[in-house]
Amino acid sequence: MGAYLGLFRRELLLAVRQGGEIGLALGFFVLAVVLFPLGVGPEAEMLRRIGAGIIWVAALLAAVLSLDRLFAADHADGNLDLLALSAMPLEGVVLAKCAAHWVTTGLPLTLISPFLGELVDLDSAALPLLALGLLIGTPALSLLGAIAAALTLGARRPGVLSSLVVLPLYLPVLIFGAGAVEAGIAGTGARPHLLLLGALTLAALPLAPLAAAAALRQALD
Amino acid sequence: MLTYLANPARFMRASAAVLPYLGAATITVLAAGLYLALIVAPPDYQQGESVRIMFVHVPAAILAEGVYYVIAAASFVALVWRHPLADVGAQAAAPLGAAFTLVCLVTGSLWGRPMWGAWWVWDARLTSVLVLFFLYLGYIALVNAFDDPGRGARAGAVLALVGVVDLPIIKFSVNWWNTLHQPASILRLGGPAIDASMLVPLLIMAAGFALLFATLLLLRMRTALNERKARALRLAAPERRAAAPTDATPALR
Repeated sequence: MGAYLGLFRRELLLAVRQGGEIGLALGFFVLAVVLFPLGVGPEAEMLRRIGAGIIWVAALLAAVLSLDRLFAADHADGNLDLLALSAMPLEGVVLAKCAAHWVTTGLPLTLISPFLGELVDLDSAALPLLALGLLIGTPALSLLGAIAAALTLGARRPGVLSSLVVLPLYLPVLIFGAGAVEAGIAGTGARPHLLLLGALTLAALPLAPLAAAAALRQALD
Repeated sequence: MLTYLANPARFMRASAAVLPYLGAATITVLAAGLYLALIVAPPDYQQGESVRIMFVHVPAAILAEGVYYVIAAASFVALVWRHPLADVGAQAAAPLGAAFTLVCLVTGSLWGRPMWGAWWVWDARLTSVLVLFFLYLGYIALVNAFDDPGRGARAGAVLALVGVVDLPIIKFSVNWWNTLHQPASILRLGGPAIDASMLVPLLIMAAGFALLFATLLLLRMRTALNERKARALRLAAPERRAAAPTDATPALR
């Protein structure tokens, strides 16, 4: 547990001190959302209709963009080999890194999402649903993303490749996340969507580290 | 059986013996199926002749999904038992599966145009087949993204297993999404039951597609093994050239 917390703290410190990586993901997220009104027009009616989907798609893309920093730097400078040799199981290493990744990407996105919701004129009743959905769903994005990041270690053009690999896997998160907001607006009840979103995250919590650790072992072979 | 064929040389011999029969069976069954489907089977009372697209579309759809499970099973065997041919099989099957998926999408689109009046509809099944196509593309891209083919094979195996766990979840969520967005706007064609005069050609075509897959899979596996042998020879060539002068000297003298 101590080693787990130590690794978690190290990842956080690296993210904070290494030139504002949190800001980078956040900036991309905001900019991607801002691009949509410029593309489809500023009519509030239309933006309200597609706002939740825009924000969720932007969150997905921001998560994909930040995946390469999960393992790539540690792989390049040999830290990953040391972590693999340590007494801590590799699954634990993945989990600690995912937790840090979520705190530096998923959590800031969640916190800023109500403001972006206002930007696309989302119903004020839907804002808590949007934030709650992101809070529940973004851990799954980090966990599934870890699989793709581990699989593409050492590949040619890992960035493009990992997005091709992981975006189909992100589909359910997008559907239930955006669906929760939509159901909330339509008044059909967002609870089932949020519960299913929670189920996805809870299923990914034990399974994704297993798969990612298996992929890491092969990358380090 | 599996361990017996683990030796590539033995596999080459066995597959060479099986392949002609398999090829002949494929051609016979496909020809019979096409004859029954295109000439003997009656036109649909509602859709007319365009229903015949079904005889290609449905078998392709069955294979599109089936091949993914074949890849996942082969990947499991490769990861657990380190079976030397399972990797080769999984990689050889992937482009075939992607091709069946593409055939399914294209024929579906061609069928949808006269029936629904649109090339593409965001129907749950269409969407999940499209996602399946992207899963195939991701797998193929990942396998080919490494300088070391062994690393690509193992990464692909993990991805195939992740994909096969995720596939039912994706299908479920797409169904969910579809009922949310457009309730029951998709025509259920042909009703619940299908007449024997159409079912029999359909089943024969499905068997023909499966045989085609088996034949092409064996061919592709044999090619992959030959390629691997050629690669090994090419990598060994500089060494032999370095060793050659000592061998050649007696002949020169």
